[in-house]
Amino acid sequence: MTSNNKKELLLEMKNIHIDGFSDERWHKILKGVDLNLYRGEILGLIGESGAGKSTMGKAAMGYTQPGCKIIKGEILFNGTDLAKLTEFEKRKIWGTKISYVAQSAAASFNPAHRLMDQTISAANRAKINPTEILRKDAVQLYESLQLPDAENIGERYPHQVSGGQLQRIMTAMAMSPRPELIIFDEPTTALDVTTQVEVLSAMRSIVDKFNTAAIYITHDLAVVAQMADRIKVLRYGEEVEESETREMLSNPKEEYTKSLWSVRSLIKPEETNEDYMLSIKNIDAAYGSSKVLHNVSVNIPRGKTVAIVGESGSGKSTTARVITGLLPQTKGEIIFDGKKISPKLEQRSKEELRRIQIIFQMPDTAMNPKQTVDEIIGRPIEFYHGVKGKEREAKVIELLKMIELDETFLDRLPSELSGGQKQRICIARALAANPDLIICDEVTSALDQIVQEGILKLLQKLQKDLGVTYIFITHDIATVKAISDEIVVMYQGEVVEQGLKSKILNPPHPDYTELLLSSVPEMDPDWLTNLLNKRSS
Amino acid sequence: MPGDFATEILGQSATKSSVEALRSELGLDKHPIPRYFEWLSNVFQGDFGSSFSGRSKVQGDQGDRSRLVVELIIPRLKNTLFLTGVSALVAIPLALLLGISAALYRNSVYDRSATGFSLVTVSSPEFFTGYIFILLLATLFPVFPTIANVNEDTSLIDRFYLTALPVFTLTLVTMGHMMRMTRSAIINILSSEYIEMAKLSGATRYEVIVKHALPNAWAPIAQVITINLAYMLIGSVVVEFVFNYQGIGRLMVGSVYNRDIPVVQACALIFASTYVILNLLADLIGIISNPRLLYPK
Repeated sequence: MTSNNKKELLLEMKNIHIDGFSDERWHKILKGVDLNLYRGEILGLIGESGAGKSTMGKAAMGYTQPGCKIIKGEILFNGTDLAKLTEFEKRKIWGTKISYVAQSAAASFNPAHRLMDQTISAANRAKINPTEILRKDAVQLYESLQLPDAENIGERYPHQVSGGQLQRIMTAMAMSPRPELIIFDEPTTALDVTTQVEVLSAMRSIVDKFNTAAIYITHDLAVVAQMADRIKVLRYGEEVEESETREMLSNPKEEYTKSLWSVRSLIKPEETNEDYMLSIKNIDAAYGSSKVLHNVSVNIPRGKTVAIVGESGSGKSTTARVITGLLPQTKGEIIFDGKKISPKLEQRSKEELRRIQIIFQMPDTAMNPKQTVDEIIGRPIEFYHGVKGKEREAKVIELLKMIELDETFLDRLPSELSGGQKQRICIARALAANPDLIICDEVTSALDQIVQEGILKLLQKLQKDLGVTYIFITHDIATVKAISDEIVVMYQGEVVEQGLKSKILNPPHPDYTELLLSSVPEMDPDWLTNLLNKRSS
Repeated sequence: MPGDFATEILGQSATKSSVEALRSELGLDKHPIPRYFEWLSNVFQGDFGSSFSGRSKVQGDQGDRSRLVVELIIPRLKNTLFLTGVSALVAIPLALLLGISAALYRNSVYDRSATGFSLVTVSSPEFFTGYIFILLLATLFPVFPTIANVNEDTSLIDRFYLTALPVFTLTLVTMGHMMRMTRSAIINILSSEYIEMAKLSGATRYEVIVKHALPNAWAPIAQVITINLAYMLIGSVVVEFVFNYQGIGRLMVGSVYNRDIPVVQACALIFASTYVILNLLADLIGIISNPRLLYPK
């Protein structure tokens, strides 16, 4: 992090108002936000989804997405008002003076072109240097971003490298014309924690090296704490507060800012027992010919919560599919409530099906968009319990109350619900079967921090009231700390360890657990620096 | 098809025995399944058999004037391929150009009128478009001939001149579809994140369309082009009829009238394999234009 004692103003955004058109009318997205950025400084822009942070970041380039327009305000970049420039004039600044790093690198690279051509395209277009020199420079950038095989990686196509590598190549692409400002728009949100650390450190060191100013947009406070000199918090298109990073972390002024890391403060005392609701023993499973689970054994104590953690590809969700019978195992057995159950879904009794329910990550795709809440929750009630008419309706309303909603929701369609409400309806649907075991597959990953907290609290309350057992699949360690009794760590289709939360989270750890846990960003601005020092020593 | 060659050629007044005699001579009295396999094995050896018409017994003549199916078809096929080829050379570049430019200036007056006009041309049947052309360019303003009467001695220049109206008709009928699909394939891709990324790295409108969107749109565009090529070849039946052009479509229609099954079968085989080959071609283009399929992980 650089000090900004030079204090030379690079970007000054004054009273920005932006409207967006959706659902047949114009909405206010930004309602008069100011922003100042000095040369060589990194500003963190945080907020939940819908706060307008991405819109603000793009507006800093004088760009608005199709369907949005700048109503009012000035965007002074080096003294020029970008809001007043024509497309033609702005194009000369985009990609050369200001560049952009998008959230999903996989979707943001053109699948039809080689990475090297895309990396140097902006600098090439502006004829900053001859192509050969730009290529050599790009290789050097790849090297300093610690990409493997920096000489040749540029000759590959986007689908041939991993997500973390793509994100670093996109940083190289942004840096190639040596811009004065880079907009990082949630660049690590789609990555695993272990990959995130590598990308963060690579981005930070390269921004430092060229003393580039940056706006870093994210919803994750702990991440922004590692990157930014200053943090600005947005909500509903307005500024909540802004201060130096250390000040913001140690002493947030607004209630809202404090609530942003409330999930991290949710704690649950751990308990366990030897009475297993479910045991899976020596399970192997495969998709076609590729084997994804190797000898997995897990015990789930009755009425408790077991969290399964690991990065993507570790086999967490596959384990859930095996338990539900969606993917029959090739080896091993599943013991549910003392009885062995069939690997195949079709061979399980209705009663067995009823007792195991699952809640999915994306509530948007897990519900039929044409069905009302009443139909969604009512169906399993009818199907499993044979209840109809008035009794059924009473039961649906009872479930709605249980998830802290009410009967006014009965006739709504999923599209008329917020993300958190949708996930609550999915929970109610699982509860409607009156199950003994609920598998929660990344149920909070798609939700904002505050909404996450509400869902986690609800799940805990339901467990206390109903004694239901949870398997909680997640890659988010903060969630694990908040909700679990026991933890299972998985890596590449194998169980690394299982045990009480306190045992797993405290040293000594197996190597992989150590790597995973140490990669989880903390609310300490020195965390990344310390971690990198520790790892390199 | 009701009836066969024998009943068709001998007419209503034919006696039962003469029909039977002709049938047995042509082999029509054999069981269909062995007949099919016999025909199939001959086809694999390049023998499409002889046409039923022009046989000595039928004509009551001494010499057998029946012709080989291949002999009948080849000159007709050449004519049709000429017509289709010229139409394709006009229609495809024009459709691509119009589609790309409509995507480039989408929702402009130009885009709206181009897509609107293409909808009209796609919706009009060939015979209607053909007669409109005849009315305009042959009757009211006699620039081109109404009848595209070519034979083997017609020079190339004359061929172009004679086939102008059929070419216009086929172009107009197929171009709209290709143009609209090109436009929508590109516009579809324009909402991708990598297009926004390209814009934000300073790419011009032209670059965005031609360098970033088009390479990813080749697969769907190739699909629609090949479908239209096949359509031109096969749909030329109607156009050939309207302009009295001696192509394979006319031959097939004529043979259906006469129940001249060997010719009909050969034509059907050619049409079917055209579809198969062109679709295969479209799939190949889809693979070649997609690095994901061309370069494995």
